[in-house]
Amino acid sequence: MIPARDDHHVPAGMNYFRRTRDSLAACFSFLTVLLALLSLLGCGKKEPRADITIINGAEPESLDPAIITGQPDGRVVGALFEGLTRLNAKTATPEPALAERWEISPDGKMYTFHLRTNAVWSTGGSITAADVVYSWRRVVDPLTASDYAGQLFLVKNAEEINAGKIKDLAALGAQVLDPYTLRVELVAPATFFLDLCAFRTLAVVPRATIEKYGDQWIMARPLPTSGPYTLDAWRIRDKIRVRKNPRHWDAANVQNEVVDFLPVESPNTALNLYESGAADIIWDKGLVPTELLDILRKRTDCHNFDYLGTYFYRYNTTHKPFDDPRVRKALLLAVDKRRLVERITRAGEKTASHLTPPGMANYTAPEGLGYDPALAKKLLSEAGFPGGKGFPPFQYLYNSSKVHEQIAVELQQMWKETLGLKMELRQTEWKVYLAEQSKTNYHLCRSSWIGDYNDPNTFLDMFMSNNGNNRTGWVNARYDQLMRDANQQTDVKRRAALLREAETLLIRDELPIAPLYFYVGVTFYDPEKIEGIYSNVLDEHPIYTIRKKR
Amino acid sequence: MYFFKRALYLIPLLLVISFLAFVLVRVAPGGPFDKERKPASPEIERNLKAKYHLDEPLWKQYARYLAGLARGDFGPSLKYRNHTVNDILLQGLPVSLSLGFIAFGFAQAIGIPLGFYTAVRRGQWADYGGSFLALLAVCVPGFVVGPLLIMWLAVKFHWFPVGLWETPWHAVLPMVALGLYFGGKIARLMREGMLNTLSAEYITTARAKGLRESVILWKHAFRLAVLPVLSYSGPLLADLLTGSFVVENIFQIPGVGVFLVNSSLNRDYTMVVGLVLLYAALLVVLNLLVDLSYSLLDPRVKHE
Repeated sequence: MIPARDDHHVPAGMNYFRRTRDSLAACFSFLTVLLALLSLLGCGKKEPRADITIINGAEPESLDPAIITGQPDGRVVGALFEGLTRLNAKTATPEPALAERWEISPDGKMYTFHLRTNAVWSTGGSITAADVVYSWRRVVDPLTASDYAGQLFLVKNAEEINAGKIKDLAALGAQVLDPYTLRVELVAPATFFLDLCAFRTLAVVPRATIEKYGDQWIMARPLPTSGPYTLDAWRIRDKIRVRKNPRHWDAANVQNEVVDFLPVESPNTALNLYESGAADIIWDKGLVPTELLDILRKRTDCHNFDYLGTYFYRYNTTHKPFDDPRVRKALLLAVDKRRLVERITRAGEKTASHLTPPGMANYTAPEGLGYDPALAKKLLSEAGFPGGKGFPPFQYLYNSSKVHEQIAVELQQMWKETLGLKMELRQTEWKVYLAEQSKTNYHLCRSSWIGDYNDPNTFLDMFMSNNGNNRTGWVNARYDQLMRDANQQTDVKRRAALLREAETLLIRDELPIAPLYFYVGVTFYDPEKIEGIYSNVLDEHPIYTIRKKR
Repeated sequence: MYFFKRALYLIPLLLVISFLAFVLVRVAPGGPFDKERKPASPEIERNLKAKYHLDEPLWKQYARYLAGLARGDFGPSLKYRNHTVNDILLQGLPVSLSLGFIAFGFAQAIGIPLGFYTAVRRGQWADYGGSFLALLAVCVPGFVVGPLLIMWLAVKFHWFPVGLWETPWHAVLPMVALGLYFGGKIARLMREGMLNTLSAEYITTARAKGLRESVILWKHAFRLAVLPVLSYSGPLLADLLTGSFVVENIFQIPGVGVFLVNSSLNRDYTMVVGLVLLYAALLVVLNLLVDLSYSLLDPRVKHE
């Protein structure tokens, strides 16, 4: 006899146990499937599409004007908070914002600002001179720990307060004369002070909210803003949504209602989103794949323009043999910069022989060194290394990135071919790179700088001997003196001449750094569909002028 | 009893892990406040460190951290200074969990049947074909599958969106990109398990009794053959639930996977330790659940 079913001889109790086990297992798998389905349905609600969707680059580290340092952060903050002046959308020159007009004393050191009486917070209540003074004191207060506090150092006592030498915040050279009048005292006549007033760090922020909520004040709802937009939502690595502030003094000229900023960092993803219509604008030079730039640049929706940014490398001038200017020059003279921009960067960059980019206001930079292999060899042998003999091996430090790597390899090749030098590449992650650079623990190191405002000072003051961004070990008393003299000048032409002399020292005689090329700004948008974006040297595109064509 | 004992082990284990993460991330060169632009004065750096208590001795910092942890507070993010770690996890984790769950479901749904089928058809063309597919899924990494899916299904045919996280439709391609590899792996495990079980003596006995093949396969073989898949599922689920750097990056999904990598590059100390703890806790708990479910499937396993 063969039992027809296998369960026949199983005792009833065991059978029950097995059935429970089976049903438990079934329950488990059912639950898994259910959870999966639920999470599928629950993943996000679709919001109505914004008027304009912008791919904005890295996730902002903060939206607090006093804290931010990055460009993606600044572009959102520019929509939310405004200063005494703002930069014109077309020319990026300062124009009246919260201040309606101002007077400058003949010596250029005293500014009297008259605020608009119709400037109000997005939640109501006037914006007064006291709000401006509070915001500026907050920036220089060392407890705020603002990285960009230096933008206010032109104001009397700002530097001393920030360094903890003066404890009383009220000593800051910005005084309330009456609710709508503000007097600012400068330590030097700076022709670019009005540009600085438009800088994000100096924007006006809501005192009561900050005092109530502390570091997380930007998350308070409703959030009082001083700029043309209010903050609707900030979901980290998802999107930032801003909405028109109907109470803004210039609300009539704000061209859109809702704008989304997408924090996309991957160039391929950015391009995919843009191409598929999920975004209208890409506005960061790093956000399109460089391999495709040759093709993309020919399209009508690719807009590239001169931009205040320079790519260069630093020498550690305290390290032999780079303490010898002849060696520093020899290396640079052996670099064919055209090969870098034509083969590697490919966005239409111009080669650089000087540090300050073309297009800088009231200034023409001196010509620096070009490509001259013969002279390079001559200088190197004068320095005691004929044909590269006896030259110690050295390293080129750069942070992990494809472009930096390609440039490093190209430089390595050129120095080997022309000068017979052996260079090693030293790639590190970003934070290690920064730490090594600021400790001058390197031989050569790739570098770049983006101008904060439209004046040569934003590039040239970096190499004064006491500047924390110098990072080359280069100390030159004459350079320091020239820079200080220049910044005491009220005459624009004489100032430019002094700055030019300083820059000549920097890029022709001494060469603690070697300029390679100037960045270009690249913005993608379809001019058939979007208008109100203008190209300018600061890559500054206020969103209130941007509009979708009907 | 067994469960409680295991759960108790969890606490010292997490303490050790948190301590290691806490120390190791601080040993790495560079710090959270190293920037391309030096702050205006050294006073600022000092104040920043004081603000986040980074100027205190290490043991004190750790004690402070543990005290916060006891209150369920992971501390402020040092990189995203307007957010706390809790805030970031609260926003990102549900997204990563959803994506992880559906990718897990997808991996099981393709892996188990494929493994089962290829084992049953062992040595036939269906086996070769199926095993090749499974091998392919294992060999081609997510950062290749993702862009290929986008290129064909999103950019070329417009069937799916290229990225973002809005509707269920947006979740399909990331699910496939994330789950395919694990699906292949599960298929291979399942096939292996099935083959081992089918050659076991009790199966031969069942066959000798003249049981129907379907009963042998489903009732007797499957239950044991799925055990390797089950033990793999615990760590797999922990892996999937904490998000994937690659897939979240490619599809622009606001989960925590990207933070898992970026926070250590940014030296965002609090964020690193928070995420490591979260991952470790998930891993331990899920492994425990797997062990428990063993006893449900295999009558020979008993937990004392």
